[in-house]
Amino acid sequence: MATRLSVLNPAGFPPAVRRQPPAPRLDTLEGKTVYLVDCRFDDSDVFLGQMHAWFAERLPGARTVVKRISSVYLNDDPMTWEEIKARGHAAILGVGH
Amino acid sequence: MTLETKYRVPTVAVHTDKFDRVVRSVAQVNGMPGLRQVFVPQPIMGRTAAELRAYVDGADPITGRPVMQEVLEGLTRPFAEDELGPDAFDRSTPRLVEPDTEDNLHRLFLDNRWTDMLPIVLPTEARVAAMLSATRRQPDEIVGRMRSTHFREPWAYTVEKVAVNAVMAGARPDYFPVILALAATGVTARGSSSSAVAAMAVVNGPVREEIGMNAATGAMGPYNHANATIGRAWGLLSQNGQGGSVPGLSYLGNQGNSYAYNSLTFAENEERSPWEPFHVQHGLPAAASAVSVFSSVRSTAFTLGLREKHWREHVGNLLRGLDPHGPPTLLLDPIAARQFVERGGFVKKAALIDWLHDTALMPAGEYWDYQLVQNYIYPRATFGEEPWATKLRAAPDTLIPMFRREDIHVVVVGGETNGYWRIMGCNYQKTVAVDDWR
Repeated sequence: MATRLSVLNPAGFPPAVRRQPPAPRLDTLEGKTVYLVDCRFDDSDVFLGQMHAWFAERLPGARTVVKRISSVYLNDDPMTWEEIKARGHAAILGVGH
Repeated sequence: MTLETKYRVPTVAVHTDKFDRVVRSVAQVNGMPGLRQVFVPQPIMGRTAAELRAYVDGADPITGRPVMQEVLEGLTRPFAEDELGPDAFDRSTPRLVEPDTEDNLHRLFLDNRWTDMLPIVLPTEARVAAMLSATRRQPDEIVGRMRSTHFREPWAYTVEKVAVNAVMAGARPDYFPVILALAATGVTARGSSSSAVAAMAVVNGPVREEIGMNAATGAMGPYNHANATIGRAWGLLSQNGQGGSVPGLSYLGNQGNSYAYNSLTFAENEERSPWEPFHVQHGLPAAASAVSVFSSVRSTAFTLGLREKHWREHVGNLLRGLDPHGPPTLLLDPIAARQFVERGGFVKKAALIDWLHDTALMPAGEYWDYQLVQNYIYPRATFGEEPWATKLRAAPDTLIPMFRREDIHVVVVGGETNGYWRIMGCNYQKTVAVDDWR
């Protein structure tokens, strides 16, 4: 019978995971302001421009605002998040990658 | 996720379909497994407005459902309890693997993607203890934390975990302080960028000779045991210490990168260099031993020597061959280094770096049109960050520097069999003293 070896596990130690509650959803987008947040990656601005046009044609009761993040997507952007919180009701972020 | 959890704004994130596994994984480990995410086809880059409108009007390639229906539902449909995940879960890592035969353990390590797909040395307790004997540090001391990308949660690793991966790489115990210093940088050698990056490490000081590293002929591989296994240990520690480097899940490098096998680890040829050693430039005394690490190693350019008549133009051509987002680190054989002194009068390395900065010029219009400049530099310029804000004001035909001066570096390596030299497009990160880890 082959010898059984005891060896060590090479994996590091992950942080514990705790549930993060999402924001409550909206009843409707009618009369609401939806921010289309351009993450400034590749040609995401062109893509969000098309989504903006879709809203204007198909859901004109929702107001959409295209907003570019303040720097590169690697950086947190509290000014933009504060603006969306103050003036908007929902956000669509694109394109992540 | 910040918008959802901190600002309480209902949010949908739109990604391309190649990233479905990675973004779902990131959401889960950040405690939001049910984060509303919608997918469109890859690529976005270079598609016309009409083609991107078709993405908007079309179906999510992952679910087959209309993209905009998923977006609207994502903002309005309440979360079911089973979408929210458990309140908390612990992901502890056992110290030992279940005992098994040598063959089965090798299979297990491969199946768990704990290797670089080359054979490894099994980390038995005796081998790990021998590795640990080369440092005064305690096995349970946390050395650092790593993550494969900005969005992932950092994992921690101890001195013992570093030793386990060093054994697996085939490193000898006397290399261990260098490996610990690499681990202490916290810089991953397994970044998950879709640009398929590798890492690079330069070793300076007396430790090079103590452990038999090579700074001369064949230094960059694969002809020296210390160079080969130290860099491999850094790579294995990175993928295991950070919690994985799995294609499609935690590694997105589109083509992969063979430099990653040993993370381009070598000693600087200080003795044959006309300039101060790299670690001295970065604040350590010449008698100290140190490792300096570089990330985002992607591109390479090379040439032979410096010709008397057109050497300036030749170097300029090499520099303009790099992507402006990957600044140059020159790796000069001592022959080429001395030619820079002889031809250009660069008695000080700083003078050479000044000249490289002033030579790597490009019309502003071309510079700003590079995709990586658009992604990573243009946004910073538009919000006033220098020196890019000034560059942004330049007329399209005006020549502007491709790189910041502080991002340009020079290292001397090679055995003078000829005056070949190369440029690595990469980012210097930091220098860490080895002696702190003995």
